[in-house]
Amino acid sequence: MNKFIKKIGLPRLIITLLFVAICISAVVLKLPFGMLASDVIRRFGMFGVLALAMVPSIQCGTGPNFALPIGIICGLLGSLIAIEVGLTSKALGYGFISSVLISLPLAVLTGWVYGLLLNKIKGSEMLVATYTGFSIVSFMQIGWVTLPFRHPEMIWPIGRGLRVTVSLDSTFGEVLNRFWGFKIGSVYIPTGLLLFFFGCCAAVWLFSRSKSGTEMYAAGANPKFAAAAGINVDKNRVLGTILSTVIGAVGIIVYSLSFGYLQLYLAPLYMAFPAVAAVLIGGASTRKVKISHVLIGTFLFQGMLTIAVPVANQMFPEGNLSEVLRQIVQNGIILYALTKVGGES
Amino acid sequence: MAQISNEKTAKINKISTATSIKRLLFDYSVPVLFIIICLIGVYFSKLPAVFIVNTLLTRITRNSFMVLALVLPVIAGLGLNFGLVIGAMAGQFGILIVTHLKIGGFPGFLMCLLLSTPFAVIFGLMTARLLNRTKGQEMISSMIAGFFANGAYQFILLFLVGTLIPIKNPDLVLTRGIGIKNTIDLTTEYGLKYSIDAVFQYPLFYILAGIGAVTGLIVIIDYILKSKKAPEQVDKFKYITRLVISGAILGVSLWVVMSGSMLNTVTLPVATTVMIAILWAFNVLIMKTKLGQDFRTVGHNMDIAKVSGVNVDKTRTIAMVISTVLAAWGQVIFLQNIGTLSTYGSHVQIATFAIASILLGGASVTKATSGQAILGVILFHTLFIVSPKAGNNLFGDAQIGEFFRAFVSYGVIGVALGLHAWNKRIQALRRQLDV
Repeated sequence: MNKFIKKIGLPRLIITLLFVAICISAVVLKLPFGMLASDVIRRFGMFGVLALAMVPSIQCGTGPNFALPIGIICGLLGSLIAIEVGLTSKALGYGFISSVLISLPLAVLTGWVYGLLLNKIKGSEMLVATYTGFSIVSFMQIGWVTLPFRHPEMIWPIGRGLRVTVSLDSTFGEVLNRFWGFKIGSVYIPTGLLLFFFGCCAAVWLFSRSKSGTEMYAAGANPKFAAAAGINVDKNRVLGTILSTVIGAVGIIVYSLSFGYLQLYLAPLYMAFPAVAAVLIGGASTRKVKISHVLIGTFLFQGMLTIAVPVANQMFPEGNLSEVLRQIVQNGIILYALTKVGGES
Repeated sequence: MAQISNEKTAKINKISTATSIKRLLFDYSVPVLFIIICLIGVYFSKLPAVFIVNTLLTRITRNSFMVLALVLPVIAGLGLNFGLVIGAMAGQFGILIVTHLKIGGFPGFLMCLLLSTPFAVIFGLMTARLLNRTKGQEMISSMIAGFFANGAYQFILLFLVGTLIPIKNPDLVLTRGIGIKNTIDLTTEYGLKYSIDAVFQYPLFYILAGIGAVTGLIVIIDYILKSKKAPEQVDKFKYITRLVISGAILGVSLWVVMSGSMLNTVTLPVATTVMIAILWAFNVLIMKTKLGQDFRTVGHNMDIAKVSGVNVDKTRTIAMVISTVLAAWGQVIFLQNIGTLSTYGSHVQIATFAIASILLGGASVTKATSGQAILGVILFHTLFIVSPKAGNNLFGDAQIGEFFRAFVSYGVIGVALGLHAWNKRIQALRRQLDV
């Protein structure tokens, strides 16, 4: 029994049990199955890429990327520029492809700078990352007000600056979800979204099999050994950070697309935490992660939260029980992972 | 032996005034920078002096206690205690109970401190246990612990009250009978509003003039006594700055009192100030005890502390518990001034603001004093008061000023943490090279 628990991991076991319990109560409460299943699948694809951004950063040895907001800001800027300039033709995926392309150089550049910073502060990455993220988000609040965007759908009709949420209805909102989308019974399968997510996972997996991917993994797993073997550890850490930032930028575009809005101002502030929690729930630690952890973790965490909303609303019509549940689970799992870090060193 | 060390200190003390000033400016580069930013902000905000002084005084008296709670964990090597949030929750439990029991005024305030203490002790013990298991990652752990506790806090107050915890008070509980209301009015007959602020109030500048005169006298007497005993050991620069500061306080206050300006209407909540002063004294005096020395040893190097027979985990636990209890009390002082308890919001940003304050005052992750805490509170809140208006006058948009201050509070923490981590790494590298 103990062996079994150890193999699955206590947190993963608890979350799975919680997930099953919530599912059972959803059945007992006779909630519409089709709608719930569609929602779970949609949120799975929507959050997946953001959680995937944790893989290169953990593999290269900088720990979970709590500075995900840096990538998120790049993604948001890319989308805003794409819409502003009008690169929203059908060939460009109504702006999706152009947004990704524009945000890529931004993310590479900021990821590179941030990676250099991380090399200066080895050992305290998580904390510094968190506050770097917070600082960037709060700095960009000034940016959202002052940057010279003119598109009428993005700026306030009266006053200055960009809106808090920018609707994507007329551009690339839901474009991936509808791509080859179909229904099985009452369950909607957003084929494009899932394909894109799995494609990203495959790309990251393939990279980790490549020569530079193996090098990066070695540099992260045992820096001293890697350095002795002639691998440039610092360079690989920068590479991992750049990759993580880039995936974060793509992740927020996929997220916004599925959500239907770009969320500016304070919205990205805490976005790293659910992504970190997802991979940890999937079975990752702050030093080890696999693609399967991303898939399992995102499914369990987002699935649980999605189903918890209507279940909680049935039990407690007022008060946001599922939001409270999210806070407890998300931060509980991060704390659990942190105590494991302390145990090792 | 004694002679040698005496000679040494004499040498160290005999530094020319110019280098002393240089060192002062270097050590205090952060506060100096922010003093300049604040002055620019004050100038461009064009707010009347009475308004600034009045608001600032209110903010200093209601926030300083919380910021002073940060000092001990820093000395004990736990870094900046983001777990203040958890202490603040304990304080809010106290307020809820007192409001439920309908005890108002000063007795209610004391009751509140008393009731919140056991909660704070338990929370402090739990946080300390966590931090002892995550050595080297204390700050991120205490921060995440704060988020986690916030979830648990909401769960208890929103869903357990009325179901498991039988409270039926309509002033507290939502109309559906489950969960505490979002905002709780403390201005009612039995409320806690101004329960300590209003105990004794006195015009600020009369008090300042008195303080300036007394400290000036003390400095002069001290100087005369010391220079009679051992003239070569006296650091003249120290005395001159002290005398100039107390003289300036006296002069400005006398000028305000004589000129009969509006500033004379500004009153100081003396009882609250006394509480803050006691805490300051506590922070200073505890360092002179055995326990205080243990804090310092543990903070300096845990391994050496262990070898020299200090119980590291226990010392760290004590520092955390004290800090958490002080945070609980600080939150009570804060909320009795505000007058409304926002049940699910009042505590959320408390740690960020307190930590940003102490860092603006010149503290770092490994060094903090009570003086830095108070200076930081003054700077941070000056920035808070003037930045929207200054932003409006400079850029035509009050939002920019507001965003700027949010950026400063996160940015200053980020920079401080980054510098600390960098420093730690360089030291580690040096140690490696030495070995």
